[in-house]
Amino acid sequence: MSTRLATGGRLIDRNSRVEFTFNGKRFTGHSGDTLASALLANDQMLMGRSFKYHRPRSVIASGPEEANALVALGHDAKMEPNARATTTELFEGLSAKSQNHWPSLDYDIGALNTAIARFLPAGFYYKTFIHPRPFWKHVFEPFIRQSAGLGPAPKQKDPDRYEHFYAFADLVIIGGGVAGLHAARVAGEAGLRVIVMEQTSAWGGRSLVDGGTIEGVSVEAWVNATVEALESMENVTLRLRCMGAGVYDHGYMLGYERLTDHAPVDDMPRHRLWRVRAGQVLSATGAVERPLSFAGNDVPGVMLASALRDYVVNFGVSAGDRTVVVTNNDDAYRTAIALHEAGLSVPAVIDARSETDGELPNKVRDLGIRVETGKAIAKVKGGKRVKSVGLCLQAGEGAVLEEIPCEAVAMSGGWSPIVHFWSHTGGKLTWDADAAMFRPDHARAPTGEEGQQNQGIAGAANGEMTLGAALSDAHAQAREAVKRAKAKLPGTASPKGEAPAEAPLAPVWIMPQGANAKLRAKMWLDFQNDVKVSDVQLAAREGYESVEHTKRYTTLGMATDQGKLSNINGLAILSDAIGADIPKVGTTTFRPPYTPISMGSIAGEARGEIFQPLRRTPMHEWHEDNKAYWEPVGQWRRPYCYPRSGETHTEAVNREVINTRENLGLLDASTLGKLLVKGPDAGKFLDLMYTNMMSNLKVGRCRYGLMCSENGFLSDDGVVARIDEDTWLCHTTSGGADRIHAHMEEWLQTEWWDMKVHVANLTEQYAQIAVVGPHARDVLEDLDGMDVSKEALGFMDWADGELAGIPVRVFRISFSGELSYEIATPAARGLELWEKLHEAGKAYGVMAYGTEALHIMRAEKGFIMIGDETDGTVIPQDLGLNWAISKKKEDFIGKRAQERTFMTNPDRWKLVGLETVVPEEVLTDGAYATADGANGNGQGNVQGRVTSTYFSPTLNRGIAMGLVHHGPERMGDVLDFPTTDGRVIKAKIVDPVFYDKDGEKQNV
Amino acid sequence: MLILECPYCGVKADETELHGGGEAHLKRYGPGSSDADFEGYLFHRKNPKGVHFERWRHVNGCGKWFHAARCTATLEVFGTYPAQVTAPPKALINKIKKKRPDWEGWT
Repeated sequence: MSTRLATGGRLIDRNSRVEFTFNGKRFTGHSGDTLASALLANDQMLMGRSFKYHRPRSVIASGPEEANALVALGHDAKMEPNARATTTELFEGLSAKSQNHWPSLDYDIGALNTAIARFLPAGFYYKTFIHPRPFWKHVFEPFIRQSAGLGPAPKQKDPDRYEHFYAFADLVIIGGGVAGLHAARVAGEAGLRVIVMEQTSAWGGRSLVDGGTIEGVSVEAWVNATVEALESMENVTLRLRCMGAGVYDHGYMLGYERLTDHAPVDDMPRHRLWRVRAGQVLSATGAVERPLSFAGNDVPGVMLASALRDYVVNFGVSAGDRTVVVTNNDDAYRTAIALHEAGLSVPAVIDARSETDGELPNKVRDLGIRVETGKAIAKVKGGKRVKSVGLCLQAGEGAVLEEIPCEAVAMSGGWSPIVHFWSHTGGKLTWDADAAMFRPDHARAPTGEEGQQNQGIAGAANGEMTLGAALSDAHAQAREAVKRAKAKLPGTASPKGEAPAEAPLAPVWIMPQGANAKLRAKMWLDFQNDVKVSDVQLAAREGYESVEHTKRYTTLGMATDQGKLSNINGLAILSDAIGADIPKVGTTTFRPPYTPISMGSIAGEARGEIFQPLRRTPMHEWHEDNKAYWEPVGQWRRPYCYPRSGETHTEAVNREVINTRENLGLLDASTLGKLLVKGPDAGKFLDLMYTNMMSNLKVGRCRYGLMCSENGFLSDDGVVARIDEDTWLCHTTSGGADRIHAHMEEWLQTEWWDMKVHVANLTEQYAQIAVVGPHARDVLEDLDGMDVSKEALGFMDWADGELAGIPVRVFRISFSGELSYEIATPAARGLELWEKLHEAGKAYGVMAYGTEALHIMRAEKGFIMIGDETDGTVIPQDLGLNWAISKKKEDFIGKRAQERTFMTNPDRWKLVGLETVVPEEVLTDGAYATADGANGNGQGNVQGRVTSTYFSPTLNRGIAMGLVHHGPERMGDVLDFPTTDGRVIKAKIVDPVFYDKDGEKQNV
Repeated sequence: MLILECPYCGVKADETELHGGGEAHLKRYGPGSSDADFEGYLFHRKNPKGVHFERWRHVNGCGKWFHAARCTATLEVFGTYPAQVTAPPKALINKIKKKRPDWEGWT
């Protein structure tokens, strides 16, 4: 069993007692523990199940590369799935659950998959679930969805806070091991602004466990002294629990700081995302140990040799009394020594190399530990726990020479430098065949905005695996970084690190090398996704030669650890299977983030009310006071309607429509875009912007205009007023003001820059109020000020003046078909005018109306709405707006496109009105009109679709607009519009103007 | 995240301050142009792996459009210049040629 040892554990405080639960069971640990170490200390070996076969799994690693021990932390809204037990620091009250099992971790029904594993090979889903087609939807998919998934995401809103932190640095060092710390010292003494990010809670990295001396003192003493020196430098920022997440273009990089995960509190953000612009980045990220591929290498109790050593040295935790070490290198012998020193038994070190004569192996031999060279593990016996390993010859096929009983296996297949950050922005790698690893190619380093090298990499991450070499490399690489930062080199001395010399490893990708198919099918590469040696070999046989294709076909390296453990082993197997060198096969792409970061940290403060700015009109508070039901329109909020007590929204909308048509309605139209276009060439410019002529508009007059994209599609519409000889005021849609402003600027700056024109967006400078209804003129006359009679201010005229002492510009335009004035006033006077109009309007039964009443009234008049009748594929000609397209103009944006054959095709769907045959029925928005026959895919043909649909309270019936094949020529035809609930609504093609066809009401 | 220097206001702007506008120096074909010319203008783009001339707007800044010469593979920026030109500045072309002797030129 795994247990806490009586002594040892450099990170834990044995006097503390921390209570936590796992799957509802209560456990205790010590402060300083990780969840993984505390579970092991409590003999809770089983921590999760694998994704595909639901195999029982324990922890395999001790750091962020962990692939098995993924847990769900916390409850309800604070639940976080897929947390790695190895990087989760223990705190009082921590609650964790294992994942991917049903009904329980101990007895999992999905584990049956492992019994039929032979029938679940690589590419199984692609191969099996294609036919018969209905089976996919009704049988396979529901089953897979039920059994798949690594922990559900919480459904509630995340109650935690997150923040972004912006920083600038000359040098960001990722990794606070000995290499990173020394590099920080060199750069700090050179005067650079340095940030050092260390993902764990302690400085020093692996060397503290692996031992040796630096400058004649222990690693620990050296680390403490160095950190102290760095802390005294004002230009050096040190952050623990802060992981380098990714390096991006031009020195932009992200750090992911976990502020309170280890000690939850309510008054601090949980995570902080560092958004840093770095002149230089230096990876001192160390290396990650590789598993060995032998049968049963996933049985709980089989761990990386370094992890076993970590658990003993850092946490005083043993995975079992007897541990067999299996290796192809010298480093793993450190684990045998550490276990021996902790009083545990190492029955054997199994070394695949034919001979070993290094300092470390000899020390192990001197300790009386049996060393078997040229040997391998044929198979691990055990289900939920290791029982024994079968010893065999590495050169053979796996005949068992001897069963060695044990509770744990420490495996080491060598080390892979962590080159992620180097690779994120295009740094290249080179295969070092002697060390069997990809290492950074300094001749092809990542580059920045001027093509200059802007990243370095040092220590074990640079392939320098021993203490002495790592330190001198860190020194050299830090000096290079200082030079690249154009600072003066400091006199910092290179520290001398001493540790036992290590003999070269022997690349071992399969153990034993002649293992048969049955054994290969039990050799795990990707532990989480259950990808085995046999799967990669099968993929190769089936023709997958590219490592990127093999990855996707087998899911190798697609688990949450993103191939940290499996990548090199997998591609070595692939390269062997297709007979190509490893460098030819290459690696898959390293992409940020280094390990998953929380969605909350990415969002930062941008959530809830401050997700984006809210734009308020000058009358916003009045609407709020009058119980407006809001509708978001871009960043604006507009009243949809103003429901009174007891009223539904529909009732409120209908009341607002009827009252506006019969008495007087007021609309807050301030959101309408208002672009002032001014200059000697303004008329010429607007003639190019609009489909119709604007240069010949008379001062004092308004004209409705259309704007298209260069593709010919209708993009915006609105009323243009000519203010004076060289000034036009262009109204745009509410949502379109910024876009159309940008559109005008683009053409002015990049195509017609010789034109003398300025465009200013005045949208927020003015409040605008639509005064609408038969009593519109009466109320304005009551306000006193300017002449608004038909003679003084005819339809489509505008005039400046005063109303109730407030300066106004009055446009006599109508979007409702009623007598209507749109009144602009400086924003600061908007609310005052709005209230005065309400007061004076009382005599005429005034009511405010919202956007839905506006929509219904415009639809009753057959006026189009951008975004309803248009969707980016509709040209003005489709909407019967030919009258607004100038034939005289040589050019306008969209003119050439509208001459293309597809645009002039008479089969284009055209705008019509639609009247439901049963007046009470209302068509569904977006519904299609069916036609006879079917298309090539067996789908029924269609001949039109609904673009706007409403119940008209004015006409007391359902009305709609739609685009219909040959529509305008088919007046009176009845079309079928099926609904999603199986009914069919019949509608008759009619003229789109439903109300006051001759425009008598607006023209009084 | 790219950094481009706005040639108008001199700000070294983060990409979040900028709005990309696709390939620069397109010739507009309007009414009277052939179908092939118009199609090319609307839809055909070089999309090179390597030196590219592109349009950017300093939208959360001075609002000006400018051009940038940038390597799409390494993201190296060779220079930025105002948009009111029909061809890249000679000095910039010479600079790129010096840095990339194999470059086939901008047209």
